[in-house]
Amino acid sequence: MTARTLFEKLWQAHEVVPETVDTPAVLYVDLHLTHEVTSPQAFATLRERGLTVRRPELTVATLDHSTPTDRDQLFGKVPIRMESAARQIREFESNCAEFGIELLGLTHEQRGIVHIIGPELGLTQPGKTIVCGDSHTSTHGAFGALAFGIGTTEVGHVLATQCLLQRKPRTLAVNVEGELGRGVTAKDLVLSIIHQLGVGGGTGSVIEYRGSTIRRLSMEQRMTVCNMSIEAGARAGLVAPDETTYAYLEGRPRAPKGTAFERAVAAWRKLPTDPGAGFDREIVIDAAGIAPMITYGTNPGMSVPITGTVPVRSGDGVHAKALEYMGLTAGQPMLGQKVEFVFLGSCTNARLSDLREAAGVLGGHKVATGVRFIVVPGSQQIKRAAEAEGLDRVFIDAGAEWRESGCSMCLGMNGDVVTRGAYCVSTSNRNFEGRQGVGARTLLASPITAAASAIAGRIADPRGFLA
Amino acid sequence: MDPIRTIRSRTVAMPRANIDTDQIMPARFLTTTTRAGLGEHLFADWRYDAAGRPIAEFALNRPDAAGCQILVAGRNFGCGSSREHAPWGLYDYGFRAVISTEIADIFRSNALKNGLVPVLVDEASHAALLARPGAEVSIDLERSSLTLPDGSEVRFPIEPFARYCLLNGIDQTSYLLSKQAAIADYERRMQA
Ligand code: SF4
Repeated sequence: MTARTLFEKLWQAHEVVPETVDTPAVLYVDLHLTHEVTSPQAFATLRERGLTVRRPELTVATLDHSTPTDRDQLFGKVPIRMESAARQIREFESNCAEFGIELLGLTHEQRGIVHIIGPELGLTQPGKTIVCGDSHTSTHGAFGALAFGIGTTEVGHVLATQCLLQRKPRTLAVNVEGELGRGVTAKDLVLSIIHQLGVGGGTGSVIEYRGSTIRRLSMEQRMTVCNMSIEAGARAGLVAPDETTYAYLEGRPRAPKGTAFERAVAAWRKLPTDPGAGFDREIVIDAAGIAPMITYGTNPGMSVPITGTVPVRSGDGVHAKALEYMGLTAGQPMLGQKVEFVFLGSCTNARLSDLREAAGVLGGHKVATGVRFIVVPGSQQIKRAAEAEGLDRVFIDAGAEWRESGCSMCLGMNGDVVTRGAYCVSTSNRNFEGRQGVGARTLLASPITAAASAIAGRIADPRGFLA
Repeated sequence: MDPIRTIRSRTVAMPRANIDTDQIMPARFLTTTTRAGLGEHLFADWRYDAAGRPIAEFALNRPDAAGCQILVAGRNFGCGSSREHAPWGLYDYGFRAVISTEIADIFRSNALKNGLVPVLVDEASHAALLARPGAEVSIDLERSSLTLPDGSEVRFPIEPFARYCLLNGIDQTSYLLSKQAAIADYERRMQA
């Protein structure tokens, strides 16, 4: 047998029909996740064409994107304020019911952001192909699953046939070696990788994150890294499964149990890239050289170490436009820039470990006056777990808002928005113009940088707040 | 789907690099449950000011942009969110092709399924197009070629199956549905 990469093994195991010069491969999908925003037109197409869902048991639905994070609206005490969102949610509920799809609905205890609940429930497993009408599906690659975002037409393809038409992407190995410094998180690592690759650097590729640094990361940290693969343009991100992966999955409600789990682990052990297998491209990253990072511009590649200054790039129109939008001046230090909002949430950084780390920084401190700090757990389960440890009290006592789970302020479509012109230190994944609300100015950073900045009311170095 | 063979039109130029799908179709318009009418919100935050008035300098608001079917955009067009609302909006507005030096994967895949032709060109052709916004160009899908304003012709790469579907007005869903036997076979193999 020739040496194969993890990606090649995943790909070949799911080829229903291999690709030819004239036709793409027909690729089988093991798990399809879906939410209210990118599916309505797919269900409409099924209805128009009189089609049924081929394997309804392989699709799991949840509500997260346009779903309110306000308790009263979520639990129906008061109507959902955004009428269009309310309509979209109702339509999704009836679509799921009509086509026999399991929905973790508004009041379900396991509801949450789609990329958080898949792993949390143990639905996400090594060796699977996983798709969702959402670009951050790359998150699930942290388990050694081939996971990527698709469009709505493709959502329809999966519903109707459980398959997709795909061209085989290229492979890119990102080798990370060395120790991450104190106060340097998985978020800083991935921001640094995107900075080095560029926002289009991964186009056409599946990234496999490798090396000693990656091996030492927890599953939650690996998810943060894989989550942002798409911000470098990559189709998917992968981390080979190992003991960390199996330990995370064991006992999860939808993971195999008992001897079935043993058998599954035995199969998963065969997935990692064989020694000697080649990638189309490889890069090496020195973990020790990475500092806490923060973005200054309008795409996730525009970042600097937090102690750095806004880069000077005369004659670069894109750079100038970004600075104009951000209201920042070339050469100015990032530290000390005043902020009005802090958002701790999203599928990048709203897991229990993220909340714990941020709460650790908050300690007994108060959120600075003039700052609105909103904390949105990634799922209802995370919310309850955090409450059981008293993390909600830490946030609330500091003056932060403690919300129900959802995408919230990651994207301005559920009522949680940053006001025009205001700065927001955000643990989410996109600092595009208007992403968090019309005219919002997003500064992407880690949960501990977010917490430190909430206390200071300005961009602050988290290392000054660590015990 | 209607077959597409040639597209002949003047161009609109948006030279900025990394135009993401949040710009093409801001998230607040994604609560729609149909494809219709999204052209109205295309590039909403660049097209209209806070009071909802058109911003005169924006490319689409210039008088000569009316009726243009071809958008020439900066590198890495369509990056970010997978929202198909972006190509739906472009198509609904009247665009039939997007030309750039690099087009993001998911956007390109979505565009091809909606009659919006993604055209990849080299830096020199791109520069020539950006230098003459509003000039007439033509795209011949059969030959995968683009005729520049100076009359010269460049070939562009396009996934052959998607091109075949566009040329013949075949939708990819029907093709996948025709593979049901192979799919059932795969499912049986996996269960064994
Ligand atoms: S949290 Fe943000 S990035 Fe993640 S799925 Fe929701 S909207 Fe998308």
